Order: sequence, then C-alpha cells, then structure tokens
Amino acid sequence: MHLHRDILAALLFIAIGAFALYGARGYPVGTAMQMGPGYFPVALGWLLILLGALVGVRAARARDWQPLAWDWRPLAWISVSILAFGFLMPRFGLVPALLAMFPLAAAAGRQSRWHEVVVLTLVMSGFAAAVFVYGLKLPYRLVAF
Amino acid sequence: MGVIESLALGFQVALSAQNLAYCFAGVALGTLIGVLPGIGPLSTIGLLFPITFYLPSIPALIMLAGIYYGAQYGGAITSILLNLPGETSSAVTCLDGYPMARGGRAGAALAISALASFLAGCLGTLLIALAGPPLGEWALAFGSAEYFSLMLMGLVGSAVLTQGDAVKGLAMVVVGLLIGLIGTDVNSGLPRYAFDVPELVDGVGFTVIAVGLFAVAEIATNLERREPQTAYTGALTSIMPNAAELARSFWPAMRGTGVGAFFGLLPGTGPALSSFAAYMLEKKIAREPARFGKGAIEGVAAPEAANNAAAQASFIPTLTLGIPGTAVMTLMLGAMVMQGVTPGPQVVTGNPELFWGIVASMWIGNLMLLVLNLPLVGVWVRLLRIPYRWLFPCVVMFCCIGNYAVNNNPVDVYLCAALGVFGYVLAKLECEPAPLLLGYVLGPLMEEHLRRAMLLSRGDPTVFFTRPISLVFMVATVLVLLFTVKGLDLRVHRRG
Repeated sequence: MHLHRDILAALLFIAIGAFALYGARGYPVGTAMQMGPGYFPVALGWLLILLGALVGVRAARARDWQPLAWDWRPLAWISVSILAFGFLMPRFGLVPALLAMFPLAAAAGRQSRWHEVVVLTLVMSGFAAAVFVYGLKLPYRLVAF
Repeated sequence: MGVIESLALGFQVALSAQNLAYCFAGVALGTLIGVLPGIGPLSTIGLLFPITFYLPSIPALIMLAGIYYGAQYGGAITSILLNLPGETSSAVTCLDGYPMARGGRAGAALAISALASFLAGCLGTLLIALAGPPLGEWALAFGSAEYFSLMLMGLVGSAVLTQGDAVKGLAMVVVGLLIGLIGTDVNSGLPRYAFDVPELVDGVGFTVIAVGLFAVAEIATNLERREPQTAYTGALTSIMPNAAELARSFWPAMRGTGVGAFFGLLPGTGPALSSFAAYMLEKKIAREPARFGKGAIEGVAAPEAANNAAAQASFIPTLTLGIPGTAVMTLMLGAMVMQGVTPGPQVVTGNPELFWGIVASMWIGNLMLLVLNLPLVGVWVRLLRIPYRWLFPCVVMFCCIGNYAVNNNPVDVYLCAALGVFGYVLAKLECEPAPLLLGYVLGPLMEEHLRRAMLLSRGDPTVFFTRPISLVFMVATVLVLLFTVKGLDLRVHRRG
C-alpha cells in the first residue's frame, strides 16, 4: 500500500501535537492574564493537531499518489557510527572512538573502498588529535582504558 | 555619533590583528564549505558554535558572519564548474554558469560572479551602516506586544515563503516552538517536557538541532543519490572577463543587489529565494530572453549579487531588532546570547564596538573574498576533485566531536543521531527544517513576550491590534497568510 507523503506528514504532526498535549497534562494552564507554564504548550499542541489535520485532508483529496522511496541503509550506518563515537569517547578516549566511527560511517557509502577507508581513518584520527587536543586544547584523552 | 565616526570606530575594531585573523579564517572557511557540496553554512556554524565559547564576542561573531557570506561566494564556483549547487542559494547560477563553462568562459563566469558578489557585499554593508541605527532607534519604542507580533510575522513569513508547502511550513514552525519549550520554564521554574532526564532540564542544545537535522540528515539523503562527480575544469585558462561581459553584467548585478537586499530584510526569506527572484527578473526584462539558460552572463551576475546582498541584509533585523530572519541568523543570534550580548535595539547604542566592528569587518571580509576568489580560484577548483566518499565520513567526525564538545556529554551525541533520523524522515516527507529551527530559537522569547503583553493588558488580546506598530505587523502577517490562501482554503476547491 502506498501512502501519500502528506498523509504520513499529517500523522506525524498530529502525533507530535498529541504528545505535546499529553506531556503538558500536569502543567498549570492559568488564565489569559496570568498564563501558567501549560498555556503556551497546550495552545501549540492543539494548533499542531489542527495544521496536521489540514495537511491530511488536503492530501486525501489529491490524486497524484506516488510511492515514497526510503533508503534506510546509509542512515542506519551513519547513526550507528555516531552512537559508537558517543559510547566509546568517554570510555576509551578520542582515538579509539574515531577508529570505530570512520569505518562504520564509510559503510554508509556505496562507493567506499576499504583501503581508502583505512588511510582516511588513520589520517583523520591524527588530524583530529592534532587540531582538537593539541591545537584547540579541548580536555580529551587520546587513549584511555 | 555620526555614521562616519561610527564607521571609523568599526574599522579600528575590525583592523586589529586578532579580528583580521578571525575574519580571514571565517571567509576562508566559508568559501571552503561553500565550494564543497553537501556542507552548508548552517551546519558549519552549528559545529563551530561550541568552539566560539572560548573566544571573546567580537572575533567570534566576525568569524561566524564571515562563514555565512563567504559561503555565498564559494557556492558559485561549484555551480559554474560542476553544474551542482555548492549551496542552495547558488542553485540558479548553474543555469547559465555551467553553459558558460562548457563554452570555454568558465574563468569569466567565475570572475563575474566574484565581482557581482563583491559589489553586492559593499552595498549591503553600506545598507547595514545606514539603515541599522535608525531601525534600532525606532525599535527602542517596542513593547512586548510589538515583539510578539514581529516574531509572529517572522515565523509565518519563514513558513510561507520558503520552498515547499506553506501549511507544512507552519506546522514545522509549531514543532520548532514546542522543541524550544523543552527545559525549565523561566517564570515558574517548572521543567517542561524533560521527562526526568537531567540533560533535558536545561533544554535541547542549539548545536544538536542544527547538526542533527541539517548535517546528518543531509549526508543520508546525499548518499542515496548516485554521485555525478565530473568537474568541468578543462578550460580555466584566463579568468578575466572581456569588456562586453563586464558592461553587460553591471546593471543585472545592481538590480540583483536590490532584489537581494529586499529579501534579506524580509524575515523568513533568505539568499536562496532572492537569487531565484533576481534571475527571474533579469529573464523577464531581457531583450533576448532566449539567451538565458545557454550561458547568459546576466544569469550569473544577478543571482550571485542577490544572494550576497541578501546574506548581508539579513544581518539588519538580527543585529538591530534581535529577530533572526533566516535559519543561519538564528545561529548568529544564539551565538550572541551565548556570548552574553542581549540581542535587540540596544546593541547599536549600548555596544557600538560590536555592531560597527562587525559592519566594518564585513566590508573587509568581502575584500578578502575578492582576493580569495579571483587570483586563488584554482585552489578551490582543486578541492572539487575530492570525492564525496572521502568527504562525508569527515563531516560525520566533525558532527560527533562538535556535539560532544558542547557539554562533554555523550547524551548530546546520541541526541544528534536521533535528530538525524528525524531530519531524514522530514526530508522524505518534504517538510522544510528551516522554519523549525526558527521556531525553536524564537519559542521561549515569544512565550515570554506573549505572557508579558497579556499581563499588562489584563488578559485583553486586542492589545496586539490597538497598538499601531503591533497592528502593522499583524496586518502584514494576515496579508502573508492570505497570499497563500489558495493552498489553505479547502472550500475553494470543493466549490470549483
């Protein structure tokens, strides 16, 4: 089944709006004169649901439905490489985090070649160590166990 | 202080060795990321954001500004030689720049684009110097009602006037406003949407949003496409345009500057829209419109002047009103706040070194860019030969380190990955992320002014329409909305 991209967009907006209302349920709304912390979020939540509905109604009336082409593979590898960096950086230091990040990120590209990736990883890890730790003096350890 | 003394003060500030060095670093980096497709000024400024904490405010802002207008120069190089926009604001330059390059006039096209950008940059700087202070003075009379209406106008403008769908743009603004609310409410001290996560109590950081939504999502989108990397660098022998080309480019560049300055001043529109508008104008008034698309020099001069003029002019509302008109300006504003400078009309009078220093540095920066882009154009051309498969892992590295550097906290890095996924989904659904970013920055300010205005009026919402300046902004907002009512009004379709 193909869904119009605006139907998905509408569902996304309505979901975010509903979530905003759900999250704001405990915040005091107050009055128009003395607005509480809940006033603005609740108003925005309803506005977003309304706009989402408008997008959805309009999309449902459209005729030109086209399939959406999703390609999750590059995004997945990029995300994994970023998560790996975040996980390794405080535990093992900058260089191990980059040694893991580069090959994982390069896996996202169809045209990446492994021998180039090895060179790129080593060169850029050295570059990052030189610029960020020695040059800009950011307080990171290069290698730590 | 008159304009002359003020400018003298500005040049005194901008010509210090430190500020010159940061100005040069900014424009060189701007040209670099302008040339490289897939990396824009937005993600670059977002990434450099944490590093600027360690700098004094004036050099930090001079450098960030340089990145922005430097990218307008660099983007043209890629458009002309590769038929691929280095920046979205240079996309329209491909139409005539690339045919010129194929016809052996690559050098002339590059020179004209640099010269047109320089002309626009000089006039744009002059406009800031002349229009900024009176605008700031006028804005001193603004109360909360005026600020709220002005921000509403900016947000609606950004949603409606960017590329893509107006209703989705408005929805993206609201999503941004909601993200901006995450964190502790200043009035009650209540943490909102934090869900007991300590990192969220302080709010979602600027860098995380800019880098995740723009840089990470853009890499994922770029990698889906096949890479069409064939730089047209063959016939780059002479960079000098001939006399006829120079003469034909002057007025298009002047008109482009005017169009760009207009769009730069309007909140919500930026260099990208202005370059399209300038190109369309030239095509419309040309004696032989058929030449456009086949290497007409006017089609290079006008949009390149327009995008640089717009980049310069967009500093006017940011510096004098504290209201950013474009996504990049929201980052500039965020940088000012981080540096302890409260943006608003008091900047011009209360902090003249900052305001005039930045203005003077822009003119100096444009001069540097002319040198960087005319004699040294070959250096940038060589950069175009770097394949994207080497480039994108390096961008990921900068994203990781940049986000980690904000708080030395891995949670920011994880959040960046999550926002990358969100940004990819938004790109697939054709939802523009730029209005979201604007909403995110203005959200807390807007709520604050809404609360204050309503408190002062004792809960009477007509205050936004009875105060004359506020009324003007409200009428403009309604006009902008009516402008797109065809897309909004469902009944029109049903009857027809």
